[in-house]
Amino acid sequence: MPNHDQTWSPLLGRLSLDALPLHEPILVATFAAVALGGIALLAALTYFRLWGYLWKEWFTSVDHKKIGIMYMVLGLVMFLRGFADALMMRVQQAVAFNGNEGFFPAHHYDQVFTAHGVIMIFFVAMPFVTGLMNFVVPLQIGARDVSFPFLNNFSFWMTASGAALVMASLFVGEFAQTGWLSYPPLSGLAYSPGVGVDYYIWALQIAGVGTTLSGINLIATIVKMRAPGMTMMRMPVFTWTALCTNVLIVASFPVLTAVLALLSLDRYVGTNFFTNDFGGSPMMYVNLIWIWGHPEVYILILPIFGVFSEVTSTFCSKRLFGYTSMVYASVVITVLSYIVWLHHFFTMGSGASVNSFFGITTMVISIPTGAKMFNWLFTMYRGRIRFELPMMWTVAFMLTFVIGGMTGVMLAVPPADFVLHNSLFLIAHFHNVIIGGVVFGTFAAINYWWPKAFGFKLDPFWGKVSFWCWVPGFWLAFTPLYIMGLMGVTRRMRVFDDASLQPYFIVAALGAGLIACGIGAMLVQYGVSIMRREQLRDETGDPWGGRTLEWSTSSPPPAYNFAFTPVIHDIDAWEDMKRNGVTRPLEGFRPIHMPRNTGAGIILAGISTVFGFAMIWHIWWMAIAGFATLLLTAIAHTFNTNRSYHISADMVAKTEAERTRQLATVEGA
Amino acid sequence: MSSSHTDAHDDAPHFSLKDYGTGFALSVVLTAIPFWLVMSGALGDKTLTALVIAGFAVVQVVVHMIYFLHMNTKSQGGWNFLALVFTLILVGIVLSGSLWVMYHLNHNMMPMPHNMNELP
Repeated sequence: MPNHDQTWSPLLGRLSLDALPLHEPILVATFAAVALGGIALLAALTYFRLWGYLWKEWFTSVDHKKIGIMYMVLGLVMFLRGFADALMMRVQQAVAFNGNEGFFPAHHYDQVFTAHGVIMIFFVAMPFVTGLMNFVVPLQIGARDVSFPFLNNFSFWMTASGAALVMASLFVGEFAQTGWLSYPPLSGLAYSPGVGVDYYIWALQIAGVGTTLSGINLIATIVKMRAPGMTMMRMPVFTWTALCTNVLIVASFPVLTAVLALLSLDRYVGTNFFTNDFGGSPMMYVNLIWIWGHPEVYILILPIFGVFSEVTSTFCSKRLFGYTSMVYASVVITVLSYIVWLHHFFTMGSGASVNSFFGITTMVISIPTGAKMFNWLFTMYRGRIRFELPMMWTVAFMLTFVIGGMTGVMLAVPPADFVLHNSLFLIAHFHNVIIGGVVFGTFAAINYWWPKAFGFKLDPFWGKVSFWCWVPGFWLAFTPLYIMGLMGVTRRMRVFDDASLQPYFIVAALGAGLIACGIGAMLVQYGVSIMRREQLRDETGDPWGGRTLEWSTSSPPPAYNFAFTPVIHDIDAWEDMKRNGVTRPLEGFRPIHMPRNTGAGIILAGISTVFGFAMIWHIWWMAIAGFATLLLTAIAHTFNTNRSYHISADMVAKTEAERTRQLATVEGA
Repeated sequence: MSSSHTDAHDDAPHFSLKDYGTGFALSVVLTAIPFWLVMSGALGDKTLTALVIAGFAVVQVVVHMIYFLHMNTKSQGGWNFLALVFTLILVGIVLSGSLWVMYHLNHNMMPMPHNMNELP
């Protein structure tokens, strides 16, 4: 194996004390804060004797609801990290004028914008949508869990393992300085000899295993485990969009795995797939990674479209307008998302025929998306709209996302793209659709399903404070970027020569500050709601007048979700049951067969983290030992036959009797 | 969908030894012919031989899918077949699209020497 580093040692590979960024004051301060916070957290967990509880009830849990919540927690923690990066970049760009270099050295600034992109897509948006699908889909289709509960736990921990590697790069070594997709030749060995790109590769490869497996799991769940009577065209729209998204995951993530594997071969064994010489072609990397990358953005937005569909129909107390067209629009987007990837590199030199083909397919995608927009509008039309938080986020999404969609169509015109490529206009566009779509949608979903997950609503006052900071904050932060992009200011700049740009960047930084207030208010909202949970408690299990099956259970739902598998007769199954006065069965319970918790998932993912770390630092003995342990542990787990247990009929009867009492108090009150 | 899924294979067709035998015989024949074509050089033209072998490979894939992977248009309520068609479409898009894109790569570029080191 080639070791270009002079300081390689057999025991520690490239790792030495030099890897600790002691010369960067920002990182030292961050490390001190993180270390103190971490020690305080660990001490608190020990003091309150929570380790056993966390291990038994959460870390080893195969319950889809708990895994879904853990995904959301992971997404939230990483969101704070990714946003800290964003805030620092905004401040840097606001001050780096007139010879002022700002506070970031170039080497560090390049890592920050790379980490921001990687974290926000892979470790914030992906955990958020996967977490939502995990929590909601089995409840919506009347299932007791996903098809492969252990695999679900394993998938989560592999994603967490990738996130851990990205976080480790902050304090041990460096992260990639290449931008979030690590284009070669910059990401090749010649121009990025350090460990940054290796952190990138292994974090994504390990997390990618989790994402792919969870995609397979949810497809199997949706296809095979729907309650009797729930035909495909009676599935809730969120489940439909989840199905489309997981099909996209399974079809596209292998491409990412393959292209990163080829890049690793270039970096580890000296092949020349993506180098400039010896027949390699960096453009092949760009081509392949966007074959994954474009479906990826639809992986993120499709389930969120599902969220908005559920929220709109619930808070307008109406059946969704155009259910069938909504389903077909999702499927059409799924297929179309596969034939537009070249619009990310119109400027690479292809001729008019290629560029116009991909330009037209890109514009065509706006048709099914527009159809969805009109479906939501027509659902609201003459509905009794209740402007609670999820609905507010939905309206904010519709106003914001439409602008992002239209600037997207502008970028889809190849001649316009030649002007706007790599400019701040592009940055404003994709933040417009990702924040306006995925982030707003996630907040709508959190406010919507939180009562289902925990049994009490979120505090509306702090939620509204957060909302009114976020939405204007977004526009304040990104409108200047649209304007500067049109003037030709490029992305990823650390310092600027033209002082006339500074006011725009100061406004953008103020916008980011307003968003920071929104995030603060959101955290306060969670804290206040947890403290005031008795006042906010919902005993009905159906606080919003819901229409789909998840609202037919108690909040939080029992481990087995449904004592009896419901039978479905209509699209909005729960609304149909309420309308026809279907009563809960009160007797005749049978024992329920459930999967047993296992620590195999977290152990395998932990070993994967060690293996990834060893590969990054070229500690070959540890990599070999880690991989062998990984295989042996996986094989050993297959001999564990004690994988399930029964919840006794008495236990079910007791839980259901409790639920009956709960419902009686609500009706009595 | 039925809620009773005690056995994962309950609605897959059951194959007999005869089917496996047929599959095996076909595979052997489909492997032997390309070998013979190359060893004997019966077709004379190398390009033609390569194309014919590729054709046999495609047939071989289909034989494996039918006789060993037990695929047909009915198993698992048609989901297997749907997944296969979808996969074929996507692989087709990725391969043909990548070839088209990569051959078009230099269409709008200045003529340059193939090796960067030969630049003046």
